[in-house]
Amino acid sequence: MGEMETAPKPGRDVPPKKDKLQTKRKKPRRYWEEETVPTTDGASPGPPCNKKNRELRPQRPKNAHILKKSRISKKPQVPKKPREWKNPESQRSLSGAQDPFPGPAPVPVEVVQKFCRIDKSRKLPRSKAKTRSRLEVAEAEEEETSIKAARSELLLAEEPGFLEGEDGEDTAKICQADIVEAVDIASAAKHFDLNLRQFGPYRLNYSRTGRHLAFGGRRGHVAALDWVTKKLMCEINVMEAVRDIRFLHSEALLAVAQNRWLHIYDNQGIELHCIRRCDRVTRLEFLPFHFLLATASETGFLTYLDVSVGKIVAALNVRAGRLDVMSQNPYNAVIHLGHSNGTVSLWSPAMKEPLAKILCHRGGVRAVAVDSTGTYMATSGLDHQLKIFDLRGTYQPLSTRTLPHGAGHLAFSQRGLLVAGMGDVVNIWAGQGKASPPSLEQPYLTHRLSGPVHGLQFCPFEDVLGVGHSGGVTSMLVPGAGEPNFDGLESNPYRSRKQRQEWEVKALLEKVPAELICLDPRALAEVDVISLEQGKKERIERLGYDPEAKAPFQPKPKQKGRSSTASLVKRKRKVMDEEHRVDEYWDGPGLPQAAPSCLCLCPCQPATSHCPCVLPLSGPQDKVRQSLQQQQQQQKEAKAKSTGARPSALDRFVR
Amino acid sequence: MFCCFFKARTPLEQEIFNLLHKNKQPVADPLLTPVEKASLQAMSLEEAKMRRAELQRARALQSYYEAKARREKKIKSKKYHKVVKKGKAKKALKEFEQLRKVNPAAALEELEKIEKARMMERMSLKHQNSGKWAKSKAIMAKYDLEARQAMQEQLAKNKELTQKLQVASESEEEEGGTEEKVEELLVPDVVNEVQMNADGPNPWMLRSCTSDTKEAATQEDPEQLPEPEAHEVSESEGEDRPVAEEEILLREFEERRSLRKRSELSQDAEPAGSQETKDSSSQEVLSELRVLSQKLKENDQSRKQKASSEGTIPQVQREEPATEEEEPLLLQRPERVQTLEELEELGKEECFQNKELSRPVLEGQQSERTPNNRPDAPKKKKKEQMIDLQNLLTTQSPSVKSLAVPTIEELEDEEERNQRQMIKEAFAGDDVIRDFLKEKREAVEASKPKDRTWTPWLRVVGGPKAQFLIKAPEGPPRKDKNLPNVIINEKRNIHTAAHQVRVLPYPFTHHWQFERTIQTPIGSTWNTQRAFQKLTTPKVVTKPGHIINPIKAEDVGYRSSSRSDLSVIQRNPKRITTRHKKQLKKSSVD
Repeated sequence: MGEMETAPKPGRDVPPKKDKLQTKRKKPRRYWEEETVPTTDGASPGPPCNKKNRELRPQRPKNAHILKKSRISKKPQVPKKPREWKNPESQRSLSGAQDPFPGPAPVPVEVVQKFCRIDKSRKLPRSKAKTRSRLEVAEAEEEETSIKAARSELLLAEEPGFLEGEDGEDTAKICQADIVEAVDIASAAKHFDLNLRQFGPYRLNYSRTGRHLAFGGRRGHVAALDWVTKKLMCEINVMEAVRDIRFLHSEALLAVAQNRWLHIYDNQGIELHCIRRCDRVTRLEFLPFHFLLATASETGFLTYLDVSVGKIVAALNVRAGRLDVMSQNPYNAVIHLGHSNGTVSLWSPAMKEPLAKILCHRGGVRAVAVDSTGTYMATSGLDHQLKIFDLRGTYQPLSTRTLPHGAGHLAFSQRGLLVAGMGDVVNIWAGQGKASPPSLEQPYLTHRLSGPVHGLQFCPFEDVLGVGHSGGVTSMLVPGAGEPNFDGLESNPYRSRKQRQEWEVKALLEKVPAELICLDPRALAEVDVISLEQGKKERIERLGYDPEAKAPFQPKPKQKGRSSTASLVKRKRKVMDEEHRVDEYWDGPGLPQAAPSCLCLCPCQPATSHCPCVLPLSGPQDKVRQSLQQQQQQQKEAKAKSTGARPSALDRFVR
Repeated sequence: MFCCFFKARTPLEQEIFNLLHKNKQPVADPLLTPVEKASLQAMSLEEAKMRRAELQRARALQSYYEAKARREKKIKSKKYHKVVKKGKAKKALKEFEQLRKVNPAAALEELEKIEKARMMERMSLKHQNSGKWAKSKAIMAKYDLEARQAMQEQLAKNKELTQKLQVASESEEEEGGTEEKVEELLVPDVVNEVQMNADGPNPWMLRSCTSDTKEAATQEDPEQLPEPEAHEVSESEGEDRPVAEEEILLREFEERRSLRKRSELSQDAEPAGSQETKDSSSQEVLSELRVLSQKLKENDQSRKQKASSEGTIPQVQREEPATEEEEPLLLQRPERVQTLEELEELGKEECFQNKELSRPVLEGQQSERTPNNRPDAPKKKKKEQMIDLQNLLTTQSPSVKSLAVPTIEELEDEEERNQRQMIKEAFAGDDVIRDFLKEKREAVEASKPKDRTWTPWLRVVGGPKAQFLIKAPEGPPRKDKNLPNVIINEKRNIHTAAHQVRVLPYPFTHHWQFERTIQTPIGSTWNTQRAFQKLTTPKVVTKPGHIINPIKAEDVGYRSSSRSDLSVIQRNPKRITTRHKKQLKKSSVD
């Protein structure tokens, strides 16, 4: 009970630095303590405070002692423990052995860095002491929380792995049969082929947990199943062409883009809705955090349907003809549309125009995919090229390859593997690490199917790629594709019905408004500068003066002829220059952009910020990061330089 | 004299002498230089005076003429101007007739000028019954016969002016009487061909067309792959039509060229003529011609590519980079000039191709092109951007060597597919880039703050009409300024802005400071449970069922300082006294 009451107080966590302070400061007394203290003392009840103080003044040490005692006994404090651990005397165990690793376990800096969100590269203008203290508190909080988060990484027990060929062996030559033979039975069961030649090419979709699979054939065949146990949930024929199929927020609801209208079915195959405002839909995307179903139609409209309230949030006229290439950016929920004029446009329901337009190909765009971190976009066009674009502000192609017949379908896995469907062949490329783009030099895996590919998706949290083709549906094993650790509260593949319902309620409570979709998902952590400036201006106008303006410098009068007009002017000028210089430093044109920063992906120390890859940032946001490859190259070059130069005696100290 | 006896001795002196000699400076006789002497001899005083007088007279006459012209210009009588104009026109016509007899070539040039003037007239909105006079007449016309007549006259004039002329071909036909029949034989043939298949004589297009239909047929087949459908739609919609247009145009040009060869018309007339035919044939404005001509050019290129791929003409390959280089340049030129020039150039090119001329001609072509490069030098900066974009999309990327090559292609006729792809690639490229650049330019223009003009209502009598231009302040540089392949929307997202903080809280003076404090999320979604609890602890914790007394310094942990001690001491006696008093009272009551 006592613990419940004692919410940790920030003031108390800080161990007193000076003895003086400690002596001067004593533990704050709570109003509910007053009763307990006297009872322990056995003193009389009532309003004793003043009286007691007065009475006890000569024997203060005793009082303090009592208080301290009560504190220790009542409130075992969390932050005090580590301090106690540090002195070896106190932590001696019963056996008398010493802890060989005293103190809390060290946390790798890179992991902590991953959770840090404050952009420290931007220098702040001079601030008052009060402001500075607030900033320090914010930074301390960030550090603490990120350390805690880094500690909890320990709980992610699973580790990703890749297929690795024995010296010089090409992994692309390894076929599915070999993989199936090598893996355990449970994993081998994940590779299967559904021969459904009758109902034409299939599109497929996995649910967010990766447990369920829905596929729809061109000729009206719609089915949903728990693909791990192969338990069929429903199977119907909608007697109409099926263009696309997609799970809504849970596996209980299924949106099917049929020839005419958009229909929604439940997992029994019962038609729940027919949405006539979305007609001739060609592609579907579901934005899970916003509960939005984005539909791209033949008529050239991009429609956002809020599935939680059943309202159409926005219907945007794209003005680019038929839309049949669409994908979502999982990082910021922006919809990417590919057009026949070689451009890819980025859409949000809050804007009538595209957020950005990127010219990607000389021919039309055939497929678009965005990786889960929102960093890379892969596009393929009629010009047979496959390109990977950097989406962090520059939108420039990072790598380009010409494929023999061009890719018709693209998909990214959770860990950044890229798959391309070309005719009846799928090629998979892998990158160096999680944060690096897939290198298109060597395919990681290839597989040939019984018909041309029509739909591709990696199964979340599984090393499985689902391929819909004209001969049915194939589930193939791709080692290293899925995220090995799932968040049990967010998308739990093993959840029960009750858990799913619970999650549904929570997700609905945390629904993000549709209008918050924009290129930078962290826009909420920014101040609306334009309104701010406007408000300031209006205030100045209203008052007739600027209340925040600094009073002009008035030099103090001095004696002995030092206050002559010339010297006064000189002093004024001096102050003015100083201010000017400071202002220029902070508000100078392009300075925030040019502030040295290293947001690169290399594991450089956050504190030193002395990384070899200092690229000037192009914007206040995380704009230009250097790709790992380039950086490595640079490092190599630097190394080569250092080795290539004339060796000096001091070289041995340089690492 | 001294200089007569002077002789150069030292090398320095010699050098000086040399110099003096060279510049014909007097060495011995210092009075006059030979040049001066010559000039003195050239013109006597009288002559000079006469010449000066002549010049003066000319100048005076000129000024008189100017004054007269100015005076005449100021005359407000419309009738007078009309008469003058008519007189001038008549005179010009007469002169032209004369010139035609004397010098037909010059007459042709003149004719061209007249034609141009007519075109200008056509393009302007004159005689459209939109003027003040015309409007007033239109009102009157109901009641006034004369006005009605005047209006009709005006309309007739308009018709006459705006009529699309078939002059060129007619005039050509007139000139060669015998050839006419041959032409007639020729032309219908071509026309018939066009009607027979819309794609024209290009065998490629024939194939692509048939393959398209074939594939459309195969679509019905259930086992066929559905994928190409989408592309075919775009294909049939987007490309076939322009292709057909190109073909028609191409044929027209060829036709014209053959005509020209026969009729031996001078080359200068050709562009105008072609333009007219273009006007008559496809009813498109001038600027659009540029687009088509470029497409034609691409067509050319593709043909060349094909040739080079077959390996028949190795020289063509050498020529290709030149054309490719030129394309971005062409985009930069002012429209009208470009179209004419390009048309001409294009015509020549095709001529050469038809004749299968090889190297020297090609070289000549190249040399023709090189001057085109020069005037673009000042625009280099812009050009760089363009080229950058071109590079971006056209860089040869290494092709992937995949173990499994898709077999689907075997089902179709591979050759056909290749052809189609090749055509697609040939036509896809530059159009896309140009369109995109245009779009970007428009977007940039639209986002720029507009200048405002302001005319003061007050002005000095007789003074100039003042108009002030208020320049809009330059906004911040666009985010996509250096990214040629991107258009980033700079519009403010007001829906998102509604959710953002718009007032800085107290201790912060700059929004960056405040932003830094709100960058870490505090929700449990982003934090561990412990961190979340810690971040969201309330500052004050109250416990139910307890009286909260006012806070005191001792409660917070401060030992009362000397001053507060004093105050306590001072206060306490009072309290004591009051309490004592109360007690005293009580006791007294008791």
